[in-house]
Amino acid sequence: MNARRIGAILRKELWEYRRNRSILVAVAIFPLIFLVQPVILLLTLPPTTATQLSHEHLLLYMLAIPVLAPGVLAAYSVAGERLQGSLEPVLTTPIRSDELLVAKAIAAILPSVAVAYLVYAVFLGFVLAFVQPGLASALLRGGDIVAQVLLTPLLAGVPTWLGVAISTRAGEPRVAQQLTLLASIPLAVLTSLIAFNVLPASAGLLLVFGAALLLVDLVGWRLVLPMFDRERLITGSR
Amino acid sequence: MTELTTATSARAGSAAPALSVERLSKRFGDRLAVDDVSFEVARGEVFGFLGPNGAGKTTTVRMLGTLIAPTSGSAAVLGIPLTEQSGERIRQLVAVMPEAPGLYSRLSIRENLECFAALYATSDPRRRIEEALRAVHLADRAGDTCGSLSKGLRQRVALARALLSDPELLFLDEPTAGLDPVAAREVHELVAGLREQGVTIFLTTHRLEEAERLCDRVAILNSTLRSIGRPQELRDRLFSRALRVRTRAPLDDPASVFVGLPAVDDWRPDGPGGYVLAVSAPETAAPAVTRALVAAGADVLAIAEAQHSLEDVYLQLVNEDVEAEGRTR
Repeated sequence: MNARRIGAILRKELWEYRRNRSILVAVAIFPLIFLVQPVILLLTLPPTTATQLSHEHLLLYMLAIPVLAPGVLAAYSVAGERLQGSLEPVLTTPIRSDELLVAKAIAAILPSVAVAYLVYAVFLGFVLAFVQPGLASALLRGGDIVAQVLLTPLLAGVPTWLGVAISTRAGEPRVAQQLTLLASIPLAVLTSLIAFNVLPASAGLLLVFGAALLLVDLVGWRLVLPMFDRERLITGSR
Repeated sequence: MTELTTATSARAGSAAPALSVERLSKRFGDRLAVDDVSFEVARGEVFGFLGPNGAGKTTTVRMLGTLIAPTSGSAAVLGIPLTEQSGERIRQLVAVMPEAPGLYSRLSIRENLECFAALYATSDPRRRIEEALRAVHLADRAGDTCGSLSKGLRQRVALARALLSDPELLFLDEPTAGLDPVAAREVHELVAGLREQGVTIFLTTHRLEEAERLCDRVAILNSTLRSIGRPQELRDRLFSRALRVRTRAPLDDPASVFVGLPAVDDWRPDGPGGYVLAVSAPETAAPAVTRALVAAGADVLAIAEAQHSLEDVYLQLVNEDVEAEGRTR
């Protein structure tokens, strides 16, 4: 794969996001939801609930951010190009289909992961500054923080490939975004089950979970590539 | 328009034709968009590809630009056989300006060009972008957002984008569609300049006067290739040569004047005092016709060889297809 061509599309995508208000709003809404809810919860919890809190993994609840945010961007990737009519000019250049898809995927993952880390940082800052020390120490556990940091980019890959795949088949970006969100829900439910200790967040489970995600992330482009049919995307027929 | 610097010397040594197309066909479901098309385009040639809407012009460009695969037949682009594996290599050497500009509307002109310069791995992209912008007279608008541009300006940006990679072969799909006459003329000048620098240009157009002015040869396509050659050759092939005669007053007995003259095969009236004579050799017929008219006491206003335009050729061929289609129904 040619890094320069991947970089060109990546840079272009980031320029476009910056100027596309609807994309920015759509991406920002999930982090806000998953930040505000725990903040309100923590402000209303009495200190006596610290023991109960220590059995849950509230931090991991925010793993839903990298599950839901990148899909919005990824769903726009191919359908957005088709909407603008810019797909054909891009495909007349030497870029290969796999390079284009990888560039689009990175462009969806990078800002989503950055936003997720930013939200975590804000949340941690809030907890340290405003939450009662007993509750804060029950909440902030080293293992959870490490899991959160490591799982975030791995989680972002799955909805990204789902979004890119759906985007290659959808005629309209909004439809692609809605379908991607729908398809990402099972993964969001899974992270919530771990966060609320329905599935025990043991190191073993998280390791297996992380390994499975890594595998999907790495082979994702191979799974999506056959769906990126240049001829169908350009002519609308096959 | 300003000239661009191109790798002319490197092009001069290439021996293979720019395009070699052999029995190329493309089917979309039940519809045969391009049927058994064969032609060659020489290096440095400006080749016009004409045809009505739906004739398969864009499909042919897309096949040769490696965007879609042919159903059957073969082709070589700049000597490289058109295969699934050769797409990347071919696309590095050619540029395609599609009919729709397809710009990133939220990005500026310069940002659009920067993206494409990087995709082509253009050496010294900054200089190349400046040259392309100057070539299409957009250097002072490089910061404008593409979404704010008129259709004509977008078309110019698309042309600048196609020039970025210094292509050996440039496919221009309706490059002057939507341009005002001044801008269209500038595009014509740019095409002429590129030809002088040895760039091969494959031009699809509806503007027949554009094809006549710019193209060394033209092909007329209507799913199948109907005719190919220099515009003058096509005219000679399709139309018999003719003289147009105008006299101050209608002749009393034109048949007695025109019938039997050397090299005059037939005649017909063409308005009051006007006559069209089918001739085999205008240079022989014209003096004989002049003498006959003077002898008949006619005041001769004009005798000239009738000129058929490329449009006449085009309409004749397309109408033949329409009539043939009507007969088969």
